[in-house]
Amino acid sequence: MSLDWLIKIITNNWPMFIRGAEITLLISMVGTIIGSVIGLLIGVVRTMPKPERGFKKTMMQIINGLLSAYIEFFRGTPMIVQAMVIYYGSAQAFGIDMNILVAGIFIVSINTGAYMSEIVRGGIVSIDKGQFEAADAVGMTHIQTMVNVVLPQVIRNILPATGNEFVINIKDTSVLNVIAVSELFFQTKSIAGNNFRYFESFFVACILYFIMTFTVTRILRYIEKRIDGPENYDMLSNKIQV
Amino acid sequence: MEKVVDIQHLSKSFGNNVVLKDIDFSVSKGEVVCIIGSSGSGKSTLLRCINLLEKPSGGQIIYNGENILDEKHDVYAYRAKLGMVFQQFNLFNNYNALQNCMVGQIKVLKRSKAEAEKIALKYLQVVGMEQYLNAKPRQLSGGQKQRVAIARALSMEPTVMLFDEPTSALDPEMVGEVLKVMKGLAGTGLTMLIVTHEMEFAKDVADRVVFMDKGVIEEEGTPEQIFNNPTQERTREFLKRTLR
Repeated sequence: MSLDWLIKIITNNWPMFIRGAEITLLISMVGTIIGSVIGLLIGVVRTMPKPERGFKKTMMQIINGLLSAYIEFFRGTPMIVQAMVIYYGSAQAFGIDMNILVAGIFIVSINTGAYMSEIVRGGIVSIDKGQFEAADAVGMTHIQTMVNVVLPQVIRNILPATGNEFVINIKDTSVLNVIAVSELFFQTKSIAGNNFRYFESFFVACILYFIMTFTVTRILRYIEKRIDGPENYDMLSNKIQV
Repeated sequence: MEKVVDIQHLSKSFGNNVVLKDIDFSVSKGEVVCIIGSSGSGKSTLLRCINLLEKPSGGQIIYNGENILDEKHDVYAYRAKLGMVFQQFNLFNNYNALQNCMVGQIKVLKRSKAEAEKIALKYLQVVGMEQYLNAKPRQLSGGQKQRVAIARALSMEPTVMLFDEPTSALDPEMVGEVLKVMKGLAGTGLTMLIVTHEMEFAKDVADRVVFMDKGVIEEEGTPEQIFNNPTQERTREFLKRTLR
């Protein structure tokens, strides 16, 4: 490895690196957020109390079946293959011409959604039954219980797992180069293709990926702390105006 | 006396296991009723059936002249009228003490934030927890949690308070502070239904004591009758074991 080359590559190509990193960050961030929303919705639906009989029960069974199929399929196939199927496949089979960036975000979102829905379901199941009962006892509906009591706790508890997904997404968006999304890996490949200095070029990409993932983990850790609130509480004076 | 909750022929089974058999039972306005009995006698299940945390298998629960087990009855509005205090406290972990007492008022009773806060403060003061408004449940001791839980239930201004073994999960030294709060409440004319293992407390505050055994109400009467002159053999055995 030559330091000269490294400096040369950076000075000549930094706008491309930065643009690639921006696209990577954009796709993985939007993908993680949309995926988390999908995961929350599916997780909530899958943990709803089961209706005992009638039309509602059949409906729930169908919905649950579809959701399971979605989760199993997207967890059970590689994202790189999904990217090919969804982008080129939909173009060939249905003549749909997707915007490449939208396609990238779509693929990352539904993938993350599949993983997140299981994470959310686990989070909901792990909440103490007493929390649900207490909410029932004050007269909350299932939705009120979820929104006001359960999900705030679930979101706090799954934050580390969500951060994990975010980090994985930052790294895994690199597979989107197969559908020519101009993310960091794709850009680096072009740069290296021009100068034939693969080691130095991808070394720069490495550093950029690491800076992104490291920053994201720190930010998430900070958010966790914020949600937890202060370690101590203030004792209030005895006199309260009522 | 006006009956607040009137239970007729209530039964409950979990699979083949019959927990409550044909229970007839009612609570009058302003009455303090203690339910005693050994573990597994069905007393907690009875309490949980009353606010429908358990779905009764048969019978009727009459509240305000309506059978709340009717399919079309508004379960949520009914539950809001009953305050429930759990053995395991079950404070909402994501809220501090004050918010715990406000969230039900705001979301279920649709009270304004200011009004909910005023009422919550009032009842937190009743239970002596007004200094801990911004403490999260994890920062409180068992006795403190239970007192906040009582304030949370009172903040809904229920017609009946249900206590499901409120001191059973507490360290012995914390039992006293919770019982003291409950005794104070009993003196205010609040209607209370208490499942308890605290015999001295039952003797002290109850207007009526109900002894349950194997899913039936074996005997009921004034504390005087139950503790001093029990008529049933099972009651005598139970008291001998617990009072010693």
